[in-house]
Amino acid sequence: MTAILNLAIVLAAAPLLIGVINKTKALMAGRVGPPLVQTYYDLAKLFRKGTVLSSTTTWVFLAGPAVSFVVALFAALLLPLAGTAPLAFPGDMILFVYVFALARFFTTAAAMDTGSAFEGMGAARELTFASLAEPALFFGFLALARVSHSLELSSVLAVSGTAWRSSTAALVLIVASWFIVLLAENSRVPFDDPNTHLELTMIHEVMVLDHSGPPFGLVLYASAMKLFVFAALVAHVIVPRFAHPLTNVAATLGAVFAIGVLVGLVESVMARLRLVRVPQLLITASLVSAFAVVLVLR
Amino acid sequence: MSAQLIVLGALLCFASALVSLVVPRRTQVLTAVIQVSGGIIGLAGCIAGFRGAGAALRLPWQVPMGVAAVRVDALSAFFAAPVFLLGVLGAVYAERYWPSSKPRAAYVRCFFGIATGALSLVLVAANTLFFVALWEIVALACFFLVGTDTADADARGAAWLYLAASHIATLTLFGLVTLLHSATGTWSFVPLSRAVASSDTGSALFWLAIVAFGIKAGMMPFHVWLPAAHAAAPTHVSAVMSGVVIKMGIYGLVRVLSLYPAVPDWMGGTVLTLGIISSILGVAFALAQHDLKRLLAYHSIENIGIILAGLGVGYIARGHGLVMIAMLGFAGGLLHVWNHGLFKALLFFGAGSAIHATHTREIDRMGGLARRMPMVAAGFLTGAVAISGLPPLNGFVSEWLIYVAGFKAVVGPMRGGWAWLLLLAVVPALALTGALALACFVKAFGAVFLGNPRTREAAEAGQAPASMRLAMVPLVLACVAIGVVPVALAPLLSRIVAIASGVSMSLVTTLAPLQRIAAPMAFVLAITVSALVIRLRRAPRTVTWDCGYARPTARMQYSSSSTARTLVAFFAWVMPPSVHAPGQLPLFPAEAALSTHMPDTVLDRGLLPALRRLQRIAGIAHYIQSGRVQLYLVYLGVTLLALLVWSLR
Repeated sequence: MTAILNLAIVLAAAPLLIGVINKTKALMAGRVGPPLVQTYYDLAKLFRKGTVLSSTTTWVFLAGPAVSFVVALFAALLLPLAGTAPLAFPGDMILFVYVFALARFFTTAAAMDTGSAFEGMGAARELTFASLAEPALFFGFLALARVSHSLELSSVLAVSGTAWRSSTAALVLIVASWFIVLLAENSRVPFDDPNTHLELTMIHEVMVLDHSGPPFGLVLYASAMKLFVFAALVAHVIVPRFAHPLTNVAATLGAVFAIGVLVGLVESVMARLRLVRVPQLLITASLVSAFAVVLVLR
Repeated sequence: MSAQLIVLGALLCFASALVSLVVPRRTQVLTAVIQVSGGIIGLAGCIAGFRGAGAALRLPWQVPMGVAAVRVDALSAFFAAPVFLLGVLGAVYAERYWPSSKPRAAYVRCFFGIATGALSLVLVAANTLFFVALWEIVALACFFLVGTDTADADARGAAWLYLAASHIATLTLFGLVTLLHSATGTWSFVPLSRAVASSDTGSALFWLAIVAFGIKAGMMPFHVWLPAAHAAAPTHVSAVMSGVVIKMGIYGLVRVLSLYPAVPDWMGGTVLTLGIISSILGVAFALAQHDLKRLLAYHSIENIGIILAGLGVGYIARGHGLVMIAMLGFAGGLLHVWNHGLFKALLFFGAGSAIHATHTREIDRMGGLARRMPMVAAGFLTGAVAISGLPPLNGFVSEWLIYVAGFKAVVGPMRGGWAWLLLLAVVPALALTGALALACFVKAFGAVFLGNPRTREAAEAGQAPASMRLAMVPLVLACVAIGVVPVALAPLLSRIVAIASGVSMSLVTTLAPLQRIAAPMAFVLAITVSALVIRLRRAPRTVTWDCGYARPTARMQYSSSSTARTLVAFFAWVMPPSVHAPGQLPLFPAEAALSTHMPDTVLDRGLLPALRRLQRIAGIAHYIQSGRVQLYLVYLGVTLLALLVWSLR
């Protein structure tokens, strides 16, 4: 039951999160902007369209969108969106990180499959930056596991009020570090600009240049769901756990959209970092969450 | 029963070696048949050994103090099983990879048989001298195999380097065995008493074991021989060397440490530190390689590091009475022994087919092979996903166990001071290693199998021969099976961990949730990917989007070196690349060339210069040792005279 609920939430709400970000950016820039539900229109349009494939590609190219879509759904089943996660078990946070690594393997391989220098460049950047973001994520999990005395995402992310009072500094550091990871993993400003139109400067967008029609729809949908899942991960740390599942869902959704607004604000006030600066920010994120581990071990 | 079967299997491997020398060329397939049947009999013996309490066999052997004693317990059988499996698959692979028509085919078959036969006996030897003798046979057989291509100066150099390193290991091992004898009074693996284990003898035994087994396993500072040897050997030999020969070192370390009644923190800490160093630097060096087989060789160092990290966690946790964490660490490390054997052999077989077709080991001279050899590409892809530790394949299961051990250590109460701080490093180190390994294998798989062919050879590559494809199939199945039904291995893991460390616990409940998720996940992934591929099989095809630049060539694709460049730059403090770049170019440059190469820091920047300096210093002795007999006679006469004078005094 919770499994269906989790899948429904992520499938239904993820495109809206993109809409919230874009609306925030538009309002900040003094524009009206696209409607909140624009991503749904885009997806509906793409799923009706035909597909053109590059003659260089093999089945690996189509495995990219398929795997990243399935993986985002699996990750949603690992999150405690409404109380306990449907697939909760001790050690599930490792699986959580590694399913996204699986998706990364296939999206970057799909980019290499086209034989395009630009897409290869995007893949190389994605691989490089994700390697640096992964330790930050794990340091955060270590600290939270220590605070909650558990290895299950459902209880690790249910940070109680007493935990917030006793280890405030550590939790603030984790949230900050994970927010940076969220921006990096989902290719947002300051790591990547989803609106750029110069292939040389892009990361995620350039990797999917050759996708079209329904596979591109899957790519778009999967990246929206990934953003949603990461936002929910950060949201769970902040939002208290309520007794009623639906209250939980409402609170999580509220926090997720608040994070969306925050992402939009970051994109409105910041420019993309120079690529050589990106690793420095990611290493900072790792150090910040490593420091959180030090604080909770004290 | 298991002991007899394993010995029979090993003897059949030796027999295939003998037969290969006497039968004429046309009937060479006979040797492969003997090797395969020996492997299958040996595998049956290992499977019987998984359950056995310890079957023993004593054969007469006319060596003073030595007895050809064989003892099979679950731990030996666990390490021996992949030896027989890879022996079988290597022989099948070589049937087309190194056919009888190729030069030195009999030579390769002969030493392959000797190496696999002796290797399986090393793992079941109960007498320490017998162990050393077999160890040396394996080392010598591998030396001849590495140097198969005598026309190639690199292969000769790699073989000599391997021989030198192996003999340092053998010498150290000899010291270890003799010291063990003086401590216990027997030439067999018997537990040390508490007094001996905690004395200086105990420490000395540990350090001797670290050096001897570290060289064999390719732990980071001792790995100097490994990349060149694995690159130079014929591919099915590289698969066996990387998949199982280096595990001989892990087996030895586990066996010797199992003799200690208690492993102190500093020993476990040393193992763990070496593991973390090997895993991170191994993968960093791998990223910088542009030779496909050297890349895989460095990944062996990385995976040995992961195995050692698991074992190190186990030893430290056991020392503090944390049974669950110890169990997870040992089980993860030991399961990784199997997993690495399986996927590394798979990757070497795939790489061998690619090299066979393109006649080069340079990754950046391949490309687009997935369209020309789809089955090999699928096999290599499976291996690449598995070695990156991704679900739902086998690499994830063993790494997950070590991760959980690391997490549990942090969650639990802090005990043991600095050793505990080391345990903290396990999770981030594994995370970094895993992410870098993924980057490295996307780079390797992408540059070799995806995109457009970069050279004519790559464009004209054909499907790999049947035997070379066939050898990959069981490995793919095994990688998937262990990933999807890990619980099936839980009883075996409990048994071998009990032998290795005395920690006994069931892993069924730990692995069960993983199994519940992995199988549906694999199923859904396979269904989704194939549904999409089948639906779009008739989609219109056109050129890759070229961003308006109408004439891109295949050489403009992102190469493996450029993919890894940024990541490699992070490790420049420990592995400075050697770059040959053109200096200031004139206004209208005609031709320019750039080449980069990653020398091995320990070998090329540390060991070789030091040895060269030593050689120069030793050259001073040339003044007295000229090689002229007359001069030596003068030395003799002078010495005798001096002695005479001294005695008359």
